[in-house]
Amino acid sequence: MFKRSEQDRRPQVQIFVDGVAVTARQGDTVSAALLASGQDARRLTAVSGAPRLPYCMMGVCFDCLVTIDGIGNRQGCLVPVAEGMQIEIQKGKREIGK
Amino acid sequence: MTVAPEREDYDVVVIGAGPAGLATAATSAEAGLATLLLDENIGPGGQVFRAISSTPVTDRTQLGADYWVGADLVQSLRASSAEVIHRATVWSLDRNLDIAVSVGGASAFVKAKRVILATGALERPFPIPGWTLPGVMTAGAAQTMLKSSALVPDGRTVIAGQGPLLWLLAAQILRLGGRIDRILDTTERGNYFAALPHAFAFLTSPYFAKGLSMMREVKAKVQVVSGVTELSASGEGQLASVSYVAGGKRETIATDLLLLHQGVVPNVNLAMSAGVEHRWDDLQLCWSPVLDASGNSSVPGIAIAGDGAGIGGANAAVVRGRIAARAAVEALAPKAAAKLPAMATLRADLAKAERGRLFLDTLFRPAPQFRIPSGETIVCRCEEVTVKDVLDSVAIGATGPNQLKAYRRTGMGPCQGRLCGLTVTELMAQARGKTPQEIGYYRLRAPVKPITLAELAAVPKSESDVKAVVRG
Repeated sequence: MFKRSEQDRRPQVQIFVDGVAVTARQGDTVSAALLASGQDARRLTAVSGAPRLPYCMMGVCFDCLVTIDGIGNRQGCLVPVAEGMQIEIQKGKREIGK
Repeated sequence: MTVAPEREDYDVVVIGAGPAGLATAATSAEAGLATLLLDENIGPGGQVFRAISSTPVTDRTQLGADYWVGADLVQSLRASSAEVIHRATVWSLDRNLDIAVSVGGASAFVKAKRVILATGALERPFPIPGWTLPGVMTAGAAQTMLKSSALVPDGRTVIAGQGPLLWLLAAQILRLGGRIDRILDTTERGNYFAALPHAFAFLTSPYFAKGLSMMREVKAKVQVVSGVTELSASGEGQLASVSYVAGGKRETIATDLLLLHQGVVPNVNLAMSAGVEHRWDDLQLCWSPVLDASGNSSVPGIAIAGDGAGIGGANAAVVRGRIAARAAVEALAPKAAAKLPAMATLRADLAKAERGRLFLDTLFRPAPQFRIPSGETIVCRCEEVTVKDVLDSVAIGATGPNQLKAYRRTGMGPCQGRLCGLTVTELMAQARGKTPQEIGYYRLRAPVKPITLAELAAVPKSESDVKAVVRG
């Protein structure tokens, strides 16, 4: 859906999406990194289990909800990637203890 | 960067680091007021100047001169003594000017003598059939990715809607080598005539020449379909095609990415939760706060600057920020106000910055069918409530948005009405034969952004706090 412009010279950052290594760039938000990765990053909604991807990318729609380093329901569009970050795509409601 | 505020009390707390917030905080701090700027994003700039300090798009011509103006604002802020905290989510503001802010997973409380809200705008909901499908995003979302990560669409891409941002985004995508297959312009034909009486102010504003050259740039490379009267997205679990009607003729095109945009509206959640009076704006079709000429709201001590005060664009936002800051300085440190530009000068700047706005508002007033959907179209994305659900609830007695919560949970999901509120108000107003003002809006309350119970429980508490709720 998206590609990176060639002028982007930012250093690479490695994150893990459901255990799979993904290369992001320093300064990417988690949501941008997921959309740029080419991987299936669709979450499933808590209400009906419908698939969704980020919609607004500015912190208002909550369609980017994702588990980051073990904490669920984070807004991926507001969190910058960090080396070694563990991302889990949420399938339905946030789980107890996450 | 993600540390709690240094103090418990400030003269001025500014919320939001977009055009208005940057100007407000710099002005207030330069005048010697203890100033705190809280912002939810990773860096300064808000949406218009998103990633201004970090964008990988280094070729200045690609984002345009209007974008790089933001760098000067950030420089002024940094040269001032204002304390700035990013990734700070304000979740409560009340009439006592007590502010609760979540930073790095922990909440802190600060008190202000004046609060200036610069929470800006968000894109108007665009509730067409299929707008919740993966692959459908807002134009603003694509622009955010472009500015902050130099990401551009590379699949089959359709941009649909209307307004200046749509053309700016299209030009930027093309300059960065991205792909756009078609632009579907939903501007109502009648709007051109309605806007005509306001054309002179527009023609003599800077918007005109810039807008025209941008549209030419885009039209030279992309097929533009105007007069689109119907629009829908479809696919199984992922966007596959976009269907539209223009000139009475339906067409369906295979699409990977659909970018929607029909203008921006004030982001009212924090102001409304603090009890600031808002009224329905019949031209801009949204809720706008009731303010005096200095941006002061109905709640003493709370002022609003920028697009949160009613949509005026980035230039107007900067000036409104300076006006609100000057008013705060006049109230708290009158002697220091003498060093700032005179209020009359600022008001003249504002009039200049707002020139042409009436034309744009009239021309790009979104058509009823794109604001008030029908049938099985989802209205509330969080709770997955359709138009039919809402109308069924009205038929059995739901009178307004707040009653509707009890019937359908609309507006009670994590976005707290940001993506459905305007649609619900207009839909219920139409169904009940009332005006949006009569129908009203959700009663918004803190926390205006979700925080965990663990974070609330960890908030420092005094012995008397505990006594107030623990028995025996």
